[in-house]
Amino acid sequence: MKVLVALKRVADPDNANKVKIPADGSKIDTTGLEWKPNPFDEYALETALRLTENGKTPKVRAGEVVVVTFGPPETETTLRSALATGADRAIRVNATDEQLDGMTVALGLKKLVETEQPDLVLVGKQAVDGDTNQVAQLLAELLDWPQATFAATIREEAGGLVVGREVDDGVLSVRLKFPAVVSVDLRIVAPRSVFSLHTDPAHKYNEGVRFAPLPAIMQARKKPLETKQLADVAPGARAKVTYVSFEAPPKRKAGVKIADVDALLDKLKNEAKAL
Amino acid sequence: MANVLVLAEISGGKVKKTTHSAVTFARKAAALLGGSYSILALGSDVSAVLGELAALGADKVLVAEAPTLEHYLAEHYAPVVAAAAGSFRVLVATASAFGKDLLPRVAARLDAGYAADVTELLSEGTSLRYKRPMFAGNAFGICRIESAVEVVSVRQSAFTAAEPTGSSSPVERLAVPAAGAGASRIEWVNLEQVKNERPELTEARVVVSGGRALKEQFYELLNPFADVLGAAIGASRAACDNGYCAPDLQVGQTGKVVAPALYFAVGISGAIQHLAGMKSSKIIVAINKDGDAPIFQVADYGLVGDLFKVLPELTTKLRALKDA
Ligand SMILES: Cc1cc2nc3c(=O)[nH]c(=O)nc-3n(C[C@H](O)[C@H](O)[C@H](O)COP(=O)(O)OP(=O)(O)OC[C@H]3O[C@@H](n4cnc5c(N)ncnc54)[C@H](O)[C@@H]3O)c2cc1C
Ligand SMILES: Nc1ncnc2c1ncn2[C@@H]1O[C@H](COP(=O)(O)O)[C@@H](O)[C@H]1O
Repeated sequence: MKVLVALKRVADPDNANKVKIPADGSKIDTTGLEWKPNPFDEYALETALRLTENGKTPKVRAGEVVVVTFGPPETETTLRSALATGADRAIRVNATDEQLDGMTVALGLKKLVETEQPDLVLVGKQAVDGDTNQVAQLLAELLDWPQATFAATIREEAGGLVVGREVDDGVLSVRLKFPAVVSVDLRIVAPRSVFSLHTDPAHKYNEGVRFAPLPAIMQARKKPLETKQLADVAPGARAKVTYVSFEAPPKRKAGVKIADVDALLDKLKNEAKAL
Repeated sequence: MANVLVLAEISGGKVKKTTHSAVTFARKAAALLGGSYSILALGSDVSAVLGELAALGADKVLVAEAPTLEHYLAEHYAPVVAAAAGSFRVLVATASAFGKDLLPRVAARLDAGYAADVTELLSEGTSLRYKRPMFAGNAFGICRIESAVEVVSVRQSAFTAAEPTGSSSPVERLAVPAAGAGASRIEWVNLEQVKNERPELTEARVVVSGGRALKEQFYELLNPFADVLGAAIGASRAACDNGYCAPDLQVGQTGKVVAPALYFAVGISGAIQHLAGMKSSKIIVAINKDGDAPIFQVADYGLVGDLFKVLPELTTKLRALKDA
């Protein structure tokens, strides 16, 4: 199986409350926040690796994983660490962050899919900076491929996948035939969420994503990383959603600490009138 | 024409309450645009829900029925919705799993811009502006959409459910266009539904959420507490991931977004991703044994203590209070 994984780097999500908005509301300022891979994209990469290996002998590859990012030169760090983690090849589409919106990324991915011809495109369910949750769906429509968003489980079969999608009232299973687009949710990296044809179904993975061993980080420098230009893969793409201004969320004022249960009930009943 | 189309969410032969939030948005948008709103219903047979939809004050209820629309699949629904939406200015649905899965696909088909998870509708003249949360709710962006059709998903907790107007909108049937090649490569297998007798998390007046600290006693401790309050039960990601509770209880950036009148966070630390899903609650109560837990920074009332002692006591005293 050949898998194309889209990776985005985002401003450190665990410190998202440190973003600043200047008084004129002209932008969201993330200066001072470290760049981190979008967590869902790390999960997408882990999923792709699980699908293209035998879990018992993960060093021997049983398929190909190509990682791609759209961004400025420094996003190559994200790709290098994905290569160190186990991806086989990388592509960076050179673009500034301002040039990129979901549709531009989807159009670019479509072009890459046409040359790379993967069986499966795996993306995160949402990039946690813009929080828009759209690239998988846009790409699937542009390609006229089936989609399975919010994947919590994936079971490979001959020629396709059965995907358990996390929806509002439970888990919805769909059967897809390749080629297809899948976006992954949090629980896809549980020990028994991904079942490939190469791995013993009884195999139990570690919880979460794997980390690159030190020698792999050295070797990753030799793995192929290709650069393309946005104008070549998404010619004429133009954002259809434009931001007029930004605002900080309303601040909640710090509350009070309550001594015990009786005092809490009194406050809820008589002060907040919430009971 | 500056009209608005609401995409109804129908599941198990019922109109989901999410639809009513989208209708509230549509009423506001139609008023700003000086137009009207219609409602679109898809399924293999939607006759059972037409009465309810027709009572919501829409100009028309548009109906597309076909055997291929029995179970929701984006590949089959998108061409129908796109064909219907082509003559409208705005297409709206709620940002439920259904809306989030389908609307971008429709937008791509219409070559339209898509604003996700909108919490407020604004305008400049007759041009609409959408306010939406970004960075886990730590910033809001105000955007406009520059395409013939503007596709919008709205956050359910930010738009109160529309009440019926007593109208009886005319019903118009639509032709169902053929689906693309992608549709022939996907098949609906089954829905493993989580049985839940409690109020819907996104609609409840009171939500009690538990975190990692509750361990295997998650339901044992929260069920009686929620019962006295008539509350819905929510959870942190850590509680869901560890299997202490069902995954569909997760509240947060990637779970459900709630804004009840009263929210209890029990044994939850208050990570950014959790706050994103509950920060707009009216009153927040936190119970945590760590007085420095970040949850206390957003809680109106904080009780520092061991939940295994506090929760049973709170449940008993609350019951006594209710019975009095
Ligand atoms: C991409 C991504 C998306 C995420 N999305 C979400 C999301 O949607 N929702 C979400 O909730 N999280 C989400 N998270 C996870 C989030 O970052 C936190 O890890 C999670 O919320 C922690 O859950 P918790 O508060 O239950 O556990 P912990 O952080 O472990 O906190 C447990 C708390 O319980 C307290 N405690 C322990 N014992 C007791 C006791 N006996 N009595 C009282 N208090 C006690 C502790 O003091 C502690 O504060 C996401 C993470 C990522 C990376
Ligand atoms: N600039 C980018 N480069 C690579 N992948 C991206 C980029 N933007 C979005 N994606 C992918 O699309 C997914 C969904 O993003 P979004 O629709 O923007 O929330 C992400 O999790 C990534 O997998």
